[in-house]
Amino acid sequence: MTVPLLQATGLTKAYPGVRALKGVGVSVHGGEVLAVIGENGAGKSTLMKILAGVQQPDSGSIQVQGVPVELPTVQAAQRLGIALIHQELNLADNLDLADNIFLGRERLRHGLIDERRHHAEARIHLASVGLELDPATPVGTLSLGQQQLVEIAKALSVDARVLIFDEPTSSLSSGEAIHLFRVIRDLRARGVAVVYISHRLGEVKELADRVLVLRDGENAGELAHAEIHHAAMVRLMVGRDLSQFYAHQPLTPGPVLLEVDGLRTAAHPRHPLRFRVHAGEIVGVAGLVGAGRTEMLEALFGVTPAVGGVVRVAGREVRPASPQEAIGAGLALVPEDRKRQGVILEMAVRENLSLAALRRDSPRGFLSRLWEDALASDTIRDLRVRTPSAQQSVRFLSGGNQQKVVLGKWLTLKPKVLLLDEPTRGIDIGAKHEIYRLMEELSRQGVAILFVSSELEEILGLSDRVLVLHEGRITGELPRGALSEEAVLHLATDTLAPSPSVS
Amino acid sequence: MRKILGISALLLVVCVLTAFASSSFLSGYNLENLFRRTALFGIISIGVAFVIVTGGIDLSIGSVVCLVGCGVPWLLTTQGWPVSAALVAAAVVSAGIGLFHGLLITRLGLPPFVVTLCGLLLYRGVARGFTQDQTVGFGSGYKGLRILSTGEIPIPFVSGFSIPAPWIFLIGVAVLAAVFLNRTIYGRYLLALGCNEQAARYSGINTGRMTVLAYVISSSLAGLGGLLFVLDVNSAQPVDFGNFYELYAIAAAVLGGCSLRGGEGTIVGVIVGAALMQVLRNMITLVTTHNNIEFAIIGAVILAGVIVDELVRRYAARRRAAREALE
Repeated sequence: MTVPLLQATGLTKAYPGVRALKGVGVSVHGGEVLAVIGENGAGKSTLMKILAGVQQPDSGSIQVQGVPVELPTVQAAQRLGIALIHQELNLADNLDLADNIFLGRERLRHGLIDERRHHAEARIHLASVGLELDPATPVGTLSLGQQQLVEIAKALSVDARVLIFDEPTSSLSSGEAIHLFRVIRDLRARGVAVVYISHRLGEVKELADRVLVLRDGENAGELAHAEIHHAAMVRLMVGRDLSQFYAHQPLTPGPVLLEVDGLRTAAHPRHPLRFRVHAGEIVGVAGLVGAGRTEMLEALFGVTPAVGGVVRVAGREVRPASPQEAIGAGLALVPEDRKRQGVILEMAVRENLSLAALRRDSPRGFLSRLWEDALASDTIRDLRVRTPSAQQSVRFLSGGNQQKVVLGKWLTLKPKVLLLDEPTRGIDIGAKHEIYRLMEELSRQGVAILFVSSELEEILGLSDRVLVLHEGRITGELPRGALSEEAVLHLATDTLAPSPSVS
Repeated sequence: MRKILGISALLLVVCVLTAFASSSFLSGYNLENLFRRTALFGIISIGVAFVIVTGGIDLSIGSVVCLVGCGVPWLLTTQGWPVSAALVAAAVVSAGIGLFHGLLITRLGLPPFVVTLCGLLLYRGVARGFTQDQTVGFGSGYKGLRILSTGEIPIPFVSGFSIPAPWIFLIGVAVLAAVFLNRTIYGRYLLALGCNEQAARYSGINTGRMTVLAYVISSSLAGLGGLLFVLDVNSAQPVDFGNFYELYAIAAAVLGGCSLRGGEGTIVGVIVGAALMQVLRNMITLVTTHNNIEFAIIGAVILAGVIVDELVRRYAARRRAAREALE
């Protein structure tokens, strides 16, 4: 076999608290489409960022055509012919196509931008990705799919020989996706090496010459062209035994506390959501990044009010247009971004804990320090928040203890329905267990719990029932008896995928 | 607390230095004037402090001072309004201006800087328009009303110095403001949204309404300040009455410990900050022969103050980090 265009071996990368990559190897040849797949958090994005020079590995080596290289910056990677097409596009909306393509390396004539040359050259690059547009068109007027093609044209204009696509179809219509696939095949025919990250196994099967599967920051295996089947990919992605970490004791569910009937979120207005959560029940919400899970919780909580549908809390109809109204109806939300939405870092533990209950417990709006101190010390004791004192700024608490502060803030209100969005993201294993214990405890007290998580283990271990979302739709609902990683992943990746027995 | 001590120490140093440099600094007449100016500027500084606590800014204060300061004598003398009607009109207009600002900022999402900058131009322009740019004043009338600002409260057994009447207003405003900020849930909401608006909203706080309230307080106190200023000096020229007062107010609030990033501030600190600003201006008048450099000196002192504050903050953070590394 020829020398790979791009090869990396033994890449490791650690972030505070997480080892994202633990010795990953990858290689791609010219004229080949390599798909990289894996669950959320498997290390795909980190790997791509390292290959494109966005981040530096802690150890490991990278070779371009067999020559060891360093990629300290994106520009360095580009000089070596490696370009990353981001999930979020990086184009300047206000500039036209030509100016975007040559941004940062403008062609000059007498010290001024040579517009004529820009346009002439841009036209060639745009044609190579099948875009027959005037180079003077402002980028802001283009659809997302067209903008992505402009990004590719931009990469080709710097003679990229390795193109890395990070979830390129996540925001494209199906027509745009088909066009993109045609462009990618065309690139392959011209000898470009394509690295393609996707959650959509159907696409991978259609496009890829080879599949690399990552799992927990390691190579889980590779599939050659003939071996690429849905079931084989899922098997490699899941791979491990389900740990018996979480000993959830299912309860007999009580009355329906949360009833969602035809709820349409602003993000996915075409897909009405319908489900129920009973008292004492823990319902997990699985799905990939961008499946509309957070949007669903935020619509329920009134952060981004729903555009339609009916929500009933304990039988009473509510239309939360703001968090105040949702709270009044008996809902509480532990939001996804703890530091920005959950806690107020600069304020003391005590003040964070009392924030939601102030209105209820302050006659005529006057604050009682005695009440606040008592509330804080009770919550700190009950939830075992580890803090030197109630006056400590939340900033100085660990992630797990910050999350307990968020939970504590809501528990003083005794909510009927608790919504949690990635409640254990970025916190250590011990604190995770305490959060799980609290969730169990609350369900025993008759709270209805709806929680979103990207960690399949957590979803499988804690849930009485699992809702799976895919692109804004509920593609399936699995009772505890039918729960398995394969079942969840099938629903979360591609509903039309064949079941394992077919392949 | 640390900030208040620091700024108080600085105030004391400037006072002592000025007293040594100029014998007239400690004269009863000068001190009375100084106290009066401090009270007047303290009131408008407390107003802007509410906006700064939410992480916003109000640049329109000087122009609101001008609008009310010119509007009230104009209504009384030129238009012949009764005193009560003129005062009600001043209150409604200044509170209405704050409401207008607040709604533009929260409902339309316009930046506070832009909204209040336009206000700065707008209200002074309006005042110059209806007065036809002519000086307005009370002449020799309205003595009873002017007592509010020019009056003096004698201190028993002390001669040569009495407390200027605006201190009654300052103390009233300060007590109300401090109780509101520290002892009511709404003050807590303001601080919370100033620190982290998103988290405050996710906690069920109506952040929009609280922000509007802050701008209403700011404009209302600017209106009260404008009224007291014009009662004090008797006449106002629309072209420069209240000029730059928003900057004195903002500077006083920042010197007094309000962070322009929001979420931080105490009323006592703001008053000390306002006093420091006035002592500095007084020092420049008494000690130097030319007033032209007033802005340069004030600018330099404020800049030095915030630089020292930032250095102290960094030093504290480094020591904290070092201590945690040891544990």
